[in-house]
Amino acid sequence: MPLVLTEEQSLLRDSARGFINEKAPIAHLRKMRDERDATGFSRDLWKGFAEMGFAGLLVPESFGGSGLGAVEAGIVLEEIGRNLMPSPFLSTAVLAASALVRGGNAEQQAAYLPKIADGSLIATFAVDEGAKHKPLSIAMQAVRAGNGFKLNGAKALVVDGHVADLLIVAARTSGNAGERGGLTLFLVDPKAKGVSVERTVMVDAHNAARITFDNVEVSADAVLGEVDQGGELLDAVLNIGRGAVASEMVGLSEEVFNRTVTYLKERKQFGKLIGEFQALQHRAATLYIDIEISRAATLKALQTLDQDAAKADHAVSVAKAHAGTTATRAVQEGVQMHGGMGMTDQFDIGLFMKRARVCQELFGDDNFHAERLAEARQY
Amino acid sequence: MSDLDQFRSETRAWLEANCPPEMRKPVATDDDVFWGGRNTKFSSEAQKVWFERMRDKGWTVPDWPTQYGGGGLDPAEAKVLREEMAAINARPPLSSFGIWMLGPALLKYGTDAQKAEHLPKITAGLIRWCQGYSEPNAGSDLASLQTRAESDGDDFVITGQKIWTSYANYADWIFCLVRTDPTAKKHDGISFILFDMASKGVSTKPILLISGKSPFCETFFDGVRVPKSHVVGTVNRGWDVAKYLLQHERAMISGMGGRSAGRPLGQVAATTVGSDAQGKLDDPILRGEIARFEVDEAALACAAERAIDLAKAGQGHPAFSSAMKYYGTELNKRRYEILMSAGGIDALEWESPRSKEGARARDWLRTKANSIEGGTSEVMLGIVAKRILDLPGA
Repeated sequence: MPLVLTEEQSLLRDSARGFINEKAPIAHLRKMRDERDATGFSRDLWKGFAEMGFAGLLVPESFGGSGLGAVEAGIVLEEIGRNLMPSPFLSTAVLAASALVRGGNAEQQAAYLPKIADGSLIATFAVDEGAKHKPLSIAMQAVRAGNGFKLNGAKALVVDGHVADLLIVAARTSGNAGERGGLTLFLVDPKAKGVSVERTVMVDAHNAARITFDNVEVSADAVLGEVDQGGELLDAVLNIGRGAVASEMVGLSEEVFNRTVTYLKERKQFGKLIGEFQALQHRAATLYIDIEISRAATLKALQTLDQDAAKADHAVSVAKAHAGTTATRAVQEGVQMHGGMGMTDQFDIGLFMKRARVCQELFGDDNFHAERLAEARQY
Repeated sequence: MSDLDQFRSETRAWLEANCPPEMRKPVATDDDVFWGGRNTKFSSEAQKVWFERMRDKGWTVPDWPTQYGGGGLDPAEAKVLREEMAAINARPPLSSFGIWMLGPALLKYGTDAQKAEHLPKITAGLIRWCQGYSEPNAGSDLASLQTRAESDGDDFVITGQKIWTSYANYADWIFCLVRTDPTAKKHDGISFILFDMASKGVSTKPILLISGKSPFCETFFDGVRVPKSHVVGTVNRGWDVAKYLLQHERAMISGMGGRSAGRPLGQVAATTVGSDAQGKLDDPILRGEIARFEVDEAALACAAERAIDLAKAGQGHPAFSSAMKYYGTELNKRRYEILMSAGGIDALEWESPRSKEGARARDWLRTKANSIEGGTSEVMLGIVAKRILDLPGA
């Protein structure tokens, strides 16, 4: 399959770009942040997203979605990244929808997927517990109790956790931290007794929460997939999330870069445009190259996820690691080349830097993915 | 089954039946590369058989027209063939500057007679070409070249000196940049001309490099008489041809050393560095460097694939090969810094059977030219800044 977008995919990109540029430019994020908006995103815009077909992008047509794949999800995330749009797209349309499509039984799918597609349900995926992404180290316990399970533990960096109507939670039903076996995914109602949700205001002004589970009782129907066999499903959903976040980083890197190059062509010092200085030209050129390479690696990962998801680990880690390193560099060069203005809150560049930092951590940073690659290659 | 799937399964079967096992091992020494030419010798029977079978199939240059001995494959088929060859680690049957550099330029700028004369001899490995571009005073500033070609009836008479001419001492013909109008601005008085290295007045002198090898020569022209019909494109417009050819050259150099067939770098390193109880390389910092390297290497391979696909779709940027050349060559230098670090003391022996006569050290030193030849890294970044980013004064 060629590593370029098809005509349909280009049209999707254009429509996502048009919608987000018009309705959710960066001013939208600033408004949410400055007004300390309780929801952290616009429900009206999310309804609009659903009407455009974006909320149900990964939901099968039989449940009211468009039945598209990771490449299409990545296209939308890239546009979200360009405008730093606060949106439940990642949590709900990508992570939760993928988990339900891959792991849900007929009843679970029928209960939730149509509501995801029509924009009426916000759902999210709760995995991380410690400061760093270590999915195999999940310690949260799910112990059999009566017909169901009792959950105890805590999750962090749960995207949109404080506004979610449904939590998909990874917990340990057997085995020890570090083992792949013994993990199980559960569908949990955040209003259930024993669930407490603390919204965490984050550096990037995007939604996240810490959620604790204190003897939370769930029925056997709440299990998503198979008991003790959730590791594979977890990996599959995480891989889609990683590919999607890599796309968001490509989008934000390119936007920061474009703004920076524009600035190099406008700003004068020493009687010259600063873009005439070779010291800056060469750094801009290497950054352009890094972004193009990240873009290619990310598209490869997304295509692999759609074609042969079981063999996507390598391509996904390459993309997430490369795009993470690139984004980190793009935002730092963006601030540096904007000089003092880049340090001001009034300029948008700093907002990109903050979001890039969060995207790095989401589902494993560049170190995590380089390590995963070394592990897989057995050295 | 689509036509392309059909083509893939046929190709796979054909390669399986026709590629000798010896030709499915990574290239280890210079002898493993077959360059063709008048004085060529095969280093093994397997190399000969593999070359002849691929030549007869038209697959020494799969995407050239069949009338010139190519395979006539469309871009999608050519990609399938590359993938299937890579899957079994099949070596290229023929390496040639004719294929990588001159051919594309001739296909675009050559006359029918020039194409008919030269292309079949390239695909059949009969003529080995070299490139006469750089001069002692025209390196990065290539367009300031001074080798002159003076008009004399139906001929040009060429006098001057080239340098860094790869394998000029083995080459049969040269494609050469010469100044045909010394009064014009520097880019406007250059012509692109072809001639036989056996012509009277041509001499070559290998240059000993830090690797102890001599892949490059000084090449001297003393009144070499060349028919004017050997100019490719328009007289005095040779810079257009030269730049077009450089795009292909840069794409080629970008891929040098890449496509790491064989064992992962980390496992190669483990043979000298050792592994700990968990089987991890016994040097955690080197291990991290290798993992980072492999991320970048794999990502670059995606970009190379995408560059071809973009060009096919008419969305490529002509200067993008400069971007790839920069990244690919810097990466290859990194690979060899890692290999030397991993090899430690063992990799330092310059003359011993243990070190295969310093093979790794010599390769390491050779890679330092990657970011110089075909345009330095700094020149590549300047091209990206100017032609892609449109930065002022670049």
